[in-house]
Amino acid sequence: MDNKPYNNKAWLLVIPVFLLVALSAIIPIMTVVNYSVQDTFGGNKFFWVGTEWFTDVLRSERFHNALGRNLLFSFIILCIEIPLGIMIALSMPKKGIWVPVCLILMALPLLIPWNVVGTIWQIFGRGDIGLLGHTMAVLGIDYNYTSNIFDAWVTIIIMDVWHWTSLVVLLCYAGLVSIPEAYYQAARIDGASKWSVFRYIQLPKMRGVLIIAFLLRFMDSFMIYTEPFVLTGGGPGNSTTFLSIDLVKQAIGQFDLGPAAAMSLVYQLIVLLVCYVFFTVMNNTGVDKPEKEV
Amino acid sequence: MAQITLDKLAHSYYPNPKTDADFALKEIDYAWDDGGAYALLGPSGCGKTTLLNIISGLLEPSKGKILFNDQDVTSYQPEQRNIAQVFQFPVIYDTMTVRQNLEFPLKNRHVPKDEISKRVEEMIEILDLSDKANKKARGLTADEKQKISLGRGLVRYDVNAILFDEPLTVIDPHMKWQLRTKLKDLHRQFGHTMIYVTHDQTEALTFADKVVVMYEGEVVQIGTPEELFDEPKHTFVGYFIGSPGMNFLPVDIQGDQAKLGNHSIQLKGTYPELSGKIELGIRPEFVTLDSKADGIPAQISSVEDIGRFKIVHTRVEGNDLNVVLNEGENIPAEPKITIETSRINIYQNDHLVRPTGHTENKGKGV
Repeated sequence: MDNKPYNNKAWLLVIPVFLLVALSAIIPIMTVVNYSVQDTFGGNKFFWVGTEWFTDVLRSERFHNALGRNLLFSFIILCIEIPLGIMIALSMPKKGIWVPVCLILMALPLLIPWNVVGTIWQIFGRGDIGLLGHTMAVLGIDYNYTSNIFDAWVTIIIMDVWHWTSLVVLLCYAGLVSIPEAYYQAARIDGASKWSVFRYIQLPKMRGVLIIAFLLRFMDSFMIYTEPFVLTGGGPGNSTTFLSIDLVKQAIGQFDLGPAAAMSLVYQLIVLLVCYVFFTVMNNTGVDKPEKEV
Repeated sequence: MAQITLDKLAHSYYPNPKTDADFALKEIDYAWDDGGAYALLGPSGCGKTTLLNIISGLLEPSKGKILFNDQDVTSYQPEQRNIAQVFQFPVIYDTMTVRQNLEFPLKNRHVPKDEISKRVEEMIEILDLSDKANKKARGLTADEKQKISLGRGLVRYDVNAILFDEPLTVIDPHMKWQLRTKLKDLHRQFGHTMIYVTHDQTEALTFADKVVVMYEGEVVQIGTPEELFDEPKHTFVGYFIGSPGMNFLPVDIQGDQAKLGNHSIQLKGTYPELSGKIELGIRPEFVTLDSKADGIPAQISSVEDIGRFKIVHTRVEGNDLNVVLNEGENIPAEPKITIETSRINIYQNDHLVRPTGHTENKGKGV
């Protein structure tokens, strides 16, 4: 037999990580879990309610509506930002002095804080002093994001596209420049069309970064809070009240800690689940099926 | 299939080349025979890949013309030239299966469907990839991937030439040998013109019927492996080919005698008056180490035992000289060297000079 010593010293090495993870993740989550199964009538007295809040949340129409808005929003965002990002990355120069210029231009929106982005677009869209709002008014287009649901959505979507497409562009660009020149040369010799080069070289080589871009953009757009909060405050009516905005209303506005805790957990599980599904599907496209063992 | 003619071809990566040094590829005039197996041999950065990319059309030369048979293809794109190229790193289309990879160049050229499947089936057979034909190409080993890149060229029967750019660099040593054998077989079988770029002399000498040796953007010699070994036209070829390379000793020439210090060495013919840097070139294989009275005394600096033979590093009249000793031969106590007269080459300013009386007077470059 081997002479490796067997003892429990290795646990000492695990403890620091365990403590860090406990402080950063487990304890906060457990606090939320704790709230989600109890109710209080004030005075810091809590009593056990079991899964009642979860049942309430899952049956609540308010939750369903907000979830629907979130899914629709993320879907639109992904449909616009991923193809647009790829297209911009493809048309960016590969060498020369325009490379840093383009990269800096692309990176600029990413450097602006969320609430500033919201404020910028809030002012930009105003009919009296905003460039966009005023121009629309001059052109005779009826545009008002504070009263028209469609206008509010369009503004939020354009704002997000403006803010975050750069991220997709930068990731795709990094993927594109890492493709060795020989691939393009071989494709020319094989007589491949531009579309074939994209379909069989560029897209497969960008796959890794695209998965990341896709997941990041999904998570961020699904959890969007600050920009719509600043821009529309969830309105008009409840038309732009996303899960995150609703959650804050419940937790801080109404101080309904139990339902809010249950809602955050469900919210988190949905994000995790969708990301897991996306990742698994994207990671397995274009791969051989594992051979069945005989 | 075509004869490829390079007509006063030169290339510079600068837009306005002024001096000779600006040229990555200096002027070259040469015709590659149809169906020949050529190797472009030279150290890194000598311009061999530049030359290859000009032939394949990936680069347009700054000067000169390139002809396939009698057709000027200088301005043709690679896809119009109908050549195949295998790159240093295997290029495969990851998301396609092995079969789809091989079909790809044919599909792009709108070859009829049943013709495609017939040729691809045949090619899979030839490359021994039958059991992997329906697998995605991304999971294969480097040598299998390289076979696919080669197959994508071969599957087009009518290619004018197949160009190889150091194709075995990333292949494991034992697979290198197999792939090289495969290449030779395919050359015999299909008779394509093949041009093979490498910096490895073994690869070049075993693959090619004719080796083109390049040095600093210039073709210094084109010849069979024997010619390169026996009569290097440039001292660089002497150094570069052979292991160890040729010995060069600074000498003075007087008629049919070379003077090395106080010693005279008999030459195979009479040489004219030479000026400049005069060197005597001799392969280590043709120097013997014994204790004969008429030899030139040598000091042994070190001995390398390669197995089948020994390389003895010696100093002769203040110059380094390598000698190859076959298995079983011993180093004598008072070593003296003897140089085989018929194997001596004389170089003037790095270029071979032939003794007078021969048909050519001076062999200068190409």
